[in-house]
Amino acid sequence: MTTLSDPPKGGFRVSMLINDTRYRSYTFQFIALIALIAAFAYLGSNLIANLKAAGLNISYRFLGEPAGYDINQRLIEYTSQSTHMRAAVVGMLNTLLVAVVACFFATVIGVIVGVLRLSNNWLVNKLMGVYVEIFRNVPVLIWILIIMAVFVAVLPQPREFRGDDATASMVFGSFAFTGRGFYFPKPVFGPGSLFVVLTFAASLVGIWGYRRYAKQQLFDHGRMVSTLWPSIGLFFVPVIAMFFIMGQPITLDYPALKGFNFQGGIYARNSFIALTFALSIYTAAFIAENVRAGILAISTGQTEAAASLGLRPGRIMNLVILPQALRVIIPPLISQYLNITKNSSLAIAVGYMDVTGTLGGITLNQTGRAIETVLLLMAFYLVISLSISAVMNVYNNSVKLKER
Amino acid sequence: MKKSVFFGAMTVASLAAGVAAAGTLDDVKARGKLNCGVTTGLVGFAAPDANGEWQGFDVGVCRAIAAAVLGDPKAVEFVPTTGKTRFTALASGEIDVLARNTTWTFSRDVDLKFEFAGVNYYDGQGFMVPKALGVSSAKELDGATVCIQTGTTTELNLADFFRTNNISYEPVPIETNAEAQPLYLEGACDVYTTDASGLAATRAAFENPGDHVVLPEIISKEPLGPLVRHGDNEWGDVVRWTLNALIAAEEVGITSANIAELGAAAGNNPEINRILGTEGTLGEMLGLSADWAKNAIMAGGNYAEIFEKNIGENTPIGLSRGLNAQWTDGGLLYVPPFR
Amino acid sequence: MSKTNTKPIAFVRDAMLAEQTPPVLASGPLAWVKRNLFDGVFNSILTLVAIYFVYLIVSGAFPWFYNGVWSTNSLAECREILQGKTGGCFSVLTERWPQLLFGFKYPSEEYWRPTVAFFALFFAAAPVLFNKLPRKMLIITAIFPLVAFWLIWGGSLIVPVMVALGLIVGYVVFTKLEYQSFAMGLIGGILATVIFWSFMGYVTEPLSDVLALEPVPSRDMGGFMLNFILGVVCVSLSLPLGIMLALGRQSDMLIIKWICVVFIEFIRGVPLITLLFVANVVLGYFLPPGSNFDLILRVIIMITMFSAAYIAEVVRGGLAALPKGQAEAAGSLGLDYAQSMRLIILPQALKISIPGIVNVAVGLFKDTVLVSVISMFDLVGMIRGPILASTEWNGVYWELWLAAVLFFFPICYGISQYSQWLERQLATGHR
Repeated sequence: MTTLSDPPKGGFRVSMLINDTRYRSYTFQFIALIALIAAFAYLGSNLIANLKAAGLNISYRFLGEPAGYDINQRLIEYTSQSTHMRAAVVGMLNTLLVAVVACFFATVIGVIVGVLRLSNNWLVNKLMGVYVEIFRNVPVLIWILIIMAVFVAVLPQPREFRGDDATASMVFGSFAFTGRGFYFPKPVFGPGSLFVVLTFAASLVGIWGYRRYAKQQLFDHGRMVSTLWPSIGLFFVPVIAMFFIMGQPITLDYPALKGFNFQGGIYARNSFIALTFALSIYTAAFIAENVRAGILAISTGQTEAAASLGLRPGRIMNLVILPQALRVIIPPLISQYLNITKNSSLAIAVGYMDVTGTLGGITLNQTGRAIETVLLLMAFYLVISLSISAVMNVYNNSVKLKER
Repeated sequence: MKKSVFFGAMTVASLAAGVAAAGTLDDVKARGKLNCGVTTGLVGFAAPDANGEWQGFDVGVCRAIAAAVLGDPKAVEFVPTTGKTRFTALASGEIDVLARNTTWTFSRDVDLKFEFAGVNYYDGQGFMVPKALGVSSAKELDGATVCIQTGTTTELNLADFFRTNNISYEPVPIETNAEAQPLYLEGACDVYTTDASGLAATRAAFENPGDHVVLPEIISKEPLGPLVRHGDNEWGDVVRWTLNALIAAEEVGITSANIAELGAAAGNNPEINRILGTEGTLGEMLGLSADWAKNAIMAGGNYAEIFEKNIGENTPIGLSRGLNAQWTDGGLLYVPPFR
Repeated sequence: MSKTNTKPIAFVRDAMLAEQTPPVLASGPLAWVKRNLFDGVFNSILTLVAIYFVYLIVSGAFPWFYNGVWSTNSLAECREILQGKTGGCFSVLTERWPQLLFGFKYPSEEYWRPTVAFFALFFAAAPVLFNKLPRKMLIITAIFPLVAFWLIWGGSLIVPVMVALGLIVGYVVFTKLEYQSFAMGLIGGILATVIFWSFMGYVTEPLSDVLALEPVPSRDMGGFMLNFILGVVCVSLSLPLGIMLALGRQSDMLIIKWICVVFIEFIRGVPLITLLFVANVVLGYFLPPGSNFDLILRVIIMITMFSAAYIAEVVRGGLAALPKGQAEAAGSLGLDYAQSMRLIILPQALKISIPGIVNVAVGLFKDTVLVSVISMFDLVGMIRGPILASTEWNGVYWELWLAAVLFFFPICYGISQYSQWLERQLATGHR
């Protein structure tokens, strides 16, 4: 047995490399480093040998060549003559789009469900429990596929909107829910609409300022200033007034059935909706549990103390429980956002053209550059993940309990 | 505990791999099995039947190669591949030959370093639409939603076709043929496009094939054939000449019915004799036994027999020979002489 | 009514009032309903909405189950029987049941083998999961992997026996050398095992027919069995790897620490699907030329690495939760690193991390369906590929997806309930 006693004074002996705690760690690290280098060298030599045998090479030149394929959903200009690089960027933007939208809905649903799970309404409580357990315990890929199947099999296809004996019709004449996706009216910004938008922005700033003022009044003078109605008024009145002053510059472009599909309006594809929806409700089940755990983590003494100060239940939640619970809720919430981003790569199962579908899918297939594309793909996700982790670390440090 | 079992399995596997020789032909012989890449399921070309046995036109080619090399048409390991995995599977040596209705293109041959052993089916990309849509030409498809299988030449052809005709479309990319079927049938896309043979096969699997029509336009040339890795010429020759033997057998009239008789002793047709190994040393030149071609033809019959059994006019797929007839019948099948 | 009170006092009641039932709304079912369902306007609205929602689901699902058809050979026949009524076509499940369970290539006369292995798993897992069971049952746990391997993959029983013997030899050598130092023992043990195995290769070769089951290549595994195998194998493999990574990350040896940190953060930063792409399309290039790893083996390697990174983070949490005094106390007793880890730190840290590890295991088991994306025929792959594409069952979505949900839900739910139960068991004395 080795001991931790002080080493004898004197010269250096080779056996000290293994037996002396001062040097042993260097020995181990040295061995680990050698092993690591050897492993990489081995894999690298295999790679070179294999590539040589297959007559291939590693080159990213394909990124500059025309992609040749079309992408249905693109947030930036893209044609089949654009480069593979641009196709990859289109995919990245689609990934980010689906991730952001799914994060938003997952948070909304998750918070509502988490709070409802704590409700003393027995039925609602149990229903929410069932929802959480069912969605948490079945793979998200199955949910994505189920929702896609619902889309394809249940919702009417555009052809059913056609003709006099149409079996389906548009909702309010402006929304179409079809198996290929949802069509919404799209606002068209005519000349002069800039003023309306600016007014809207200004009224948002106004609401924020007014609420700040109200808070200050409350804290400094103990006066309660009503905020609800003035906020609503500020939100609507100036914009609507400006809208009419400028002569209704913003119009709506309604989707209409033309040829094979609806044309015009905003088109949310079935793959996008299925993916977003599935990711949202799946992740919302986890978020609901986090929210519940966060609220339960605040000791009941806090609620009782707040109640004894005479606060109403709603205010107890807003002013006492939530600010403390958020400290517990937000770190797991952010890692759920990370999961959504990573799970969005399942887009490939429903044919949504995210980065896995363009770069890791069609580009890989067409160019056969497997190593290059998969490396790029991993690098993209790694950058996203590390940035989200960085945000989380900043947050964790900022809300850390300052113990004095 | 599991770890060690698998460690054991892995050492065994890597030891077994260690003895592998340089050439694919020797590898296959040493292994006693041919690893053949096929589709994950396209009725008529390669699909497992109810008993899990692979059946189809491409499968027939695999079995013929196995029979030629190993003497046993059953000594094939079928590796299902998708459009994405097929080339890597071949390049990394997971499969010995890829018979997955793969189009022979310049970049695949030259840039991806593969060697096409020949063409077993001359195809072209077509469109299938429901009859109820009332479309009679692909040029009328402006604004249509089109289901395409990704990872194939079809999506490039499609982009080119719609761009040259200056009409718009909405592509819906799909990974496998199996996933495309429900999307198309439920109307999530108006059009399904893939190789005309694939369309026929897919349509044959529908409940009411009559409700769907294949449009007359063929927008591309798709020579489909088995391919092997570049640089292993001996193995490439084996695959090429096995395929050629099947086609030549039809040309000179060797069928699975008369092959036993023709192969028993040298007859008076020297070409038949050379193919069947009763004359000359063609098998030896390939590094195979003298009766290699006889085995290959006996595996599933000659080209015509394999065609008729799997995709011919009497099958649900119902393809006519068309371009795939012998050159003597006005088709494109024209094999170099066996001598 | 006491006898001492001879003269009743006027204002004291001397007879008890008869018991009365409480008001209807104060106890009993009605009170419960009022308190729990209709307590206030908002709550009442919630309840009504919830009831309507439940009604919608039940009214939609009930006829579907009630009219369900269980014994036809195709969807068309189902439709004929149903005559336009709402009803499920569950015959797809009965007809394709073996395919859903075992894939379409596992030989049907051998189905009993994975089934036996599946049920044996419960006996093997029980002593690990429940402390109260007799410790002798751990022998089953130790034998199980070998038996399961033999049952599922077939081949001669000699091979797993030799693997076991090799491990025993290694362990004996380890105990003999351990008194010198832990590292020596470990290296000696591993060497002995490897040497034993390489010699036994010559023995197993001629004996390959002894007690042999028909060998089934892993390529023929499919259906839910594949999900299960991947889940169990990868979780078991990733546990030791994950613990090692966690220890490495805690280590004060900089190089080792950074290797572990980079590995963990890299794996956790990318989606599993890209790792599966690596297994599928890239890994082949990194293996020795001419070697041919099974796809399933490559996938096992990648999923194991994936879950090891997550388990490492859980174990790191457990290690971090231990007071530093434990390590210092162990050091002051004269234990070296290996001993203090093995005897003091890890047993406590692992105990704290078990619920977290179980959660990772559930997540991993769910993630095994991703292999369907790389053209493996697991449960989801079977449904999306051969079954939905077949002429007979084109268009049977609900029944199949419901079955998929029902395959996963009980197992995942059961395990997560176990984890919560365990958490309550472990939560000692913090209240």
